[in-house]
Amino acid sequence: MLLSIVIFLPLLGVIAIALLRGLGASAIKGIALVIGLLTFIVSLGLYTGFDTTTATFQNVTQQAWIPGLGTSYHIGIDGISLWLVLLTTFLTPVCILAAWNSVEKGLSGFMMSLLALETGMLGVFCALDLFLFFVFWESMLIPMYFLIGIWGGERRIYATVKFVLYTMAGSALMLVGILALYFQNNNSFDLTTLSGPFEHSHLLFLAFFIAFAIKVPLFPFHTWLPDAHVEAPTVGSVILAGVLLKMGTYGIIRFCLPLFPDAATEFTPLIVPLAVIGIIYGALVAMVQPDLKKLVAYSSVSHLGFVVLGLFSKNPAGIQGSVLQMINHGLSTGALFLLVGMIYERRHSRMIVDFGGLAKGMPIFATIFMIVTLSSIGLPGLNGFVGEYMILFGSFVQGAFSKIYVVLATAGVILAAVYMLWMFQRVMFGTLDKTNEALPDLNAREIVVMLPILLFIVWIGVYPKPFLSKMEKSVGLVVTQVQTEPAVGRAGEQILQDTELALHGTQRAQNEKIEKEAETK
Amino acid sequence: MSLEYYLILSALLFTIGVIGVLIRRNAIIIFMCIELMLNAANLAFVAISRSLGEATGQVFVFFVMTVAAAEVAIGLAIIVSVFKHRQTVNVDEVNSLKG
Amino acid sequence: MTIELIVVLLVAPLIGFLINGLLGKWLKGNEQLSGWIGSLAVLVSLVCSIIAFASLHGGAAPFDETLYEWITGESFAFNIGFRVDALTSVMLLVITGVGFLIHVYSIGYMHGDEGYTRYFAYLNLFVFAMLILVLGNNYLMMFVGWEGVGLCSYLLIGFWYEKQTATDAGKKAFIVNRIGDFGFLLGMFTLFAAFGTLDFASIFEAAEADNFQKVFGASTLVIATLLLFVGAIGKSAQIPLYVWLPDAMEGPTPVSALIHAATMVTAGVYMIARSAVLYNIAHTGEVVAWIGVLTAFFAATIALTQNDIKRILAYSTVSQLGYMFLGVGVGAYASGIFHLVTHAFFKGLMFLTAGSVMHAMANELDMRKMGGLKTKMPITHWTFLVGALAIAGFPFLSGFWSKDEILHSAWGSSPIIYVIGLVTAFLTAFYMFRLIFVTFYGESRVEPDVDSHLHESPPVMWVPLAILAIPSALIGLLLGWGGHESWFHHFTKSVFPEAHHDASGNVILFMVISSIVGLAGIAFAWSRYRERTPSDEPTNALHRLLANKYYVDEMYNALIVQPIKNGSHYLLWRIVDNGIIDGIVNGVGTIIRFIGGTLRRLQTGLVQVYIVSMVLGIVLFLAYYLFFT
Repeated sequence: MLLSIVIFLPLLGVIAIALLRGLGASAIKGIALVIGLLTFIVSLGLYTGFDTTTATFQNVTQQAWIPGLGTSYHIGIDGISLWLVLLTTFLTPVCILAAWNSVEKGLSGFMMSLLALETGMLGVFCALDLFLFFVFWESMLIPMYFLIGIWGGERRIYATVKFVLYTMAGSALMLVGILALYFQNNNSFDLTTLSGPFEHSHLLFLAFFIAFAIKVPLFPFHTWLPDAHVEAPTVGSVILAGVLLKMGTYGIIRFCLPLFPDAATEFTPLIVPLAVIGIIYGALVAMVQPDLKKLVAYSSVSHLGFVVLGLFSKNPAGIQGSVLQMINHGLSTGALFLLVGMIYERRHSRMIVDFGGLAKGMPIFATIFMIVTLSSIGLPGLNGFVGEYMILFGSFVQGAFSKIYVVLATAGVILAAVYMLWMFQRVMFGTLDKTNEALPDLNAREIVVMLPILLFIVWIGVYPKPFLSKMEKSVGLVVTQVQTEPAVGRAGEQILQDTELALHGTQRAQNEKIEKEAETK
Repeated sequence: MSLEYYLILSALLFTIGVIGVLIRRNAIIIFMCIELMLNAANLAFVAISRSLGEATGQVFVFFVMTVAAAEVAIGLAIIVSVFKHRQTVNVDEVNSLKG
Repeated sequence: MTIELIVVLLVAPLIGFLINGLLGKWLKGNEQLSGWIGSLAVLVSLVCSIIAFASLHGGAAPFDETLYEWITGESFAFNIGFRVDALTSVMLLVITGVGFLIHVYSIGYMHGDEGYTRYFAYLNLFVFAMLILVLGNNYLMMFVGWEGVGLCSYLLIGFWYEKQTATDAGKKAFIVNRIGDFGFLLGMFTLFAAFGTLDFASIFEAAEADNFQKVFGASTLVIATLLLFVGAIGKSAQIPLYVWLPDAMEGPTPVSALIHAATMVTAGVYMIARSAVLYNIAHTGEVVAWIGVLTAFFAATIALTQNDIKRILAYSTVSQLGYMFLGVGVGAYASGIFHLVTHAFFKGLMFLTAGSVMHAMANELDMRKMGGLKTKMPITHWTFLVGALAIAGFPFLSGFWSKDEILHSAWGSSPIIYVIGLVTAFLTAFYMFRLIFVTFYGESRVEPDVDSHLHESPPVMWVPLAILAIPSALIGLLLGWGGHESWFHHFTKSVFPEAHHDASGNVILFMVISSIVGLAGIAFAWSRYRERTPSDEPTNALHRLLANKYYVDEMYNALIVQPIKNGSHYLLWRIVDNGIIDGIVNGVGTIIRFIGGTLRRLQTGLVQVYIVSMVLGIVLFLAYYLFFT
């Protein structure tokens, strides 16, 4: 019940705004903010009530919906979706507050789209019924279409159509996959009753994976992202980077890995190189972007490459790192887009060449920008490091693929520093020119927008345990589901065993092992 | 008389209707031709119904007639409004759906 | 020793950072306060360090405790934990001791700077990160500190952010360090794959066990230690990643003293000394030693021809770091760390005196525009002279002891390394005294308007100089008397494994040779630069090569930086991304549009055409069914 409230509360807000929009702009903003905050507060109940000892779905609601079609209203969360739900409910009020003064036309429509989008996104993360999932997946496209298409920049129509068509192309494939699963599952869409192995699992895996890979976006399906980001309004970019991209990686972890473990294993040698190419390619292309938003967009391609790499490492550390990195990326890239939006509102430019020396005139802005930049680079003590480290560590130590990929991905860490710091230098350092001198520093509202994000950036960096412990069991389940056979060869198995040994009283365990080996010989 | 004659008449009427729809340009006449086709079908229904000794066909005819009546009402209204806008009922000149 | 003590030690600078960082706006009116808060924070750490040291010296067991679990899961555990043993304790004293003096010095040096509170905030943050680096009881903690000091270095090098060269240098430092961190990360992963933990104690214990190599094979450790060494190369500015350190001199001079001479850059040496067990087993020390000695020589040759005081000191630092790596590389871990300690004092001292000169000379750094400063700035002159004598290996001053120990051990490892090290010692003495003679002696070449302001620095600056001069001169004697039987070796014996080989040969003989070489260098400098100004233009090819630092920066730029930049811009972005990938995407759209455009001609808008096609269709279908089935 609680979960349903969280999902549909924003929709209530949409209706309320539709009915009360005659009351004026401040009323609309007020309603939107209150609903957004209320949703977040209610969703905190999901966190406090979460049982970390089990991997099964919690807060489950199942109601008959269209019985004739074999679909029901079936929702629930586990340790993975919990965080994405919280990320969504957290970012939405932040976005509403961030958009406080920046919407010039159609405020009510903007807020309604934003709240409707929230319902759609939450539904995607909570749906336990493939049909329901698909409905939410598609329905969330519509408000996003409007957000970019109406409140976007100059080439907004091109960008929004590209975004929608790209996603639709993927989801059409996914629909076929969903139907195929439906027929193999006694005419039921219920996710919890699905159990493999399925016929044509390779094709089904691809059908789902391509849909999600487009959303992630994995190289080479990424070209919609820079356009969409550049044209979207600030808040659109934040939601797009913060939550929408995670739906792709969430889909991989929820469907591709557990449902088609064999196919996932077989396609790993194809997918992991793409992820690594994405990491390096995204970073290199980000480096030379003249437009701040494009730079951040390409950096997302790089960051999400890490997430996909971690997912396909198929071990607890890598997948936990990936889930954590999804949150991290949502926070830090969301924050970057917010900051770029703030500077855009002042200067009406996003071109790096137009800036320089802002640190002098806008010290608070520069400080916050620095922290977020460092988080994005993956500096220890801030959130980005924990996720990146776990992904790389998991992939290297127990990864189901060659270490050379991990080495290359680690090189991506160097490049992240290059493009972010170079950008930071060109925007913040140097001498301040006349136009930029007049730019005011952040006001109280903008600081309030940024502070909660900074709080989480530091919190996850210093003490990630609450985050990791909640997802541990669920990730563990995914790992057992995906590891139908020993993912690593003999040598890897040896290392796994030895790792185990080393953990439990290094010395003694090893001695015993060697004695045992000597005996068997 | 055997069933065939009725069916032949029905087919003839239908063909006349089709040809009329295809070659005439006046919307009213096209409309009348459509009615002709409907009634050709009615004739076939009644004839077959009679020959099989079943009432279903005749029931269908009533349905068709009702639909036809509704169609006439709406269709004529459309034609009148088209005429009001365009001062013509020549279908060659009404092509705003051209792609 | 308790965990509380360690936490206080660690957190004090963090609090200083937070106060200066968050309340900077309110402290701005009273900059002295801000400076003293920063200094006090480090003083608290210093006191705690002394307590920790005393307890260790009194025979307490090394401290090793976990504060809390950081990144943990079922099959891995990375904790926030601390380890204080003899090595840590020495590092703590250096960091907080030198750090405190430099904080105090900065109060005067940074006087009137716009970013005063920001400066002290960064400096405190640096001390905090450096403390994490040396206090951590596992490699990941070390890495956290490692990155933290890198960040502070970046911030402080680019402290005067309106200067393009400063921010460029900061960025360069961070990125080059990241290349090293890349090795460090992979080294950690390799270690974890072999040991299942990153805790020092567990790793060393497991590695030392006889059966370790049976289980894992030695190659794992070879790879791991070499990867870790890549990290050290980056952080401690060795060949080929040394290029960031000379540029780092763009930062405020006390920063150069603290970060780029005394503490941060020595982190690589600390890391190898910390991993001594692993290097001993893997036998990779030789690589370390060679890189070290080559860097020492290479950097010293560059220092011969530079005219910028701070750059000479920077290359000298690179060179001395090379000595330290030489020391730890040949297995003389205690000697390497000993040199680290003495170097922290005398090089810190020299940087601060250079800062004092800059302060008086309106930020002039070119020594060709100085000369004869001895009379105007006597304290600065004498303290600098102490530092220079120490580094040149003047008998019984601190550098003499530590350098001699390293060279002595090097002889036992490889005579070639020893000879290169000895030549470098000669070069060191020469370029240092070239600096002294040109700057402080001879005719004054100071511009008249600067000359009128020329003055000795205020007490808040010269007192730390004087204090630092004492250990710079004497600490070698105190800690190093007795060579391998010295107090320092004794104190750190518990941390380091036995060296591969006993240092052979007559100790006294080595000392005599080192002294002669050092004195010869000084004498040679005296003969050439006592009365002469360095020429402006390089006179021959070799000189030009050295003056341009072997064109290494230009080479890196042409071979690495530009290709990556241009390749990313033109090849990846313009051609691959916009051209190929987006071309395909938009191409699909264009094709569909084209097909649609063709098909729409069928849509005439004429009802009768539709009907004709419908009827035709029906007829065709009927015909098909009637005649073909």
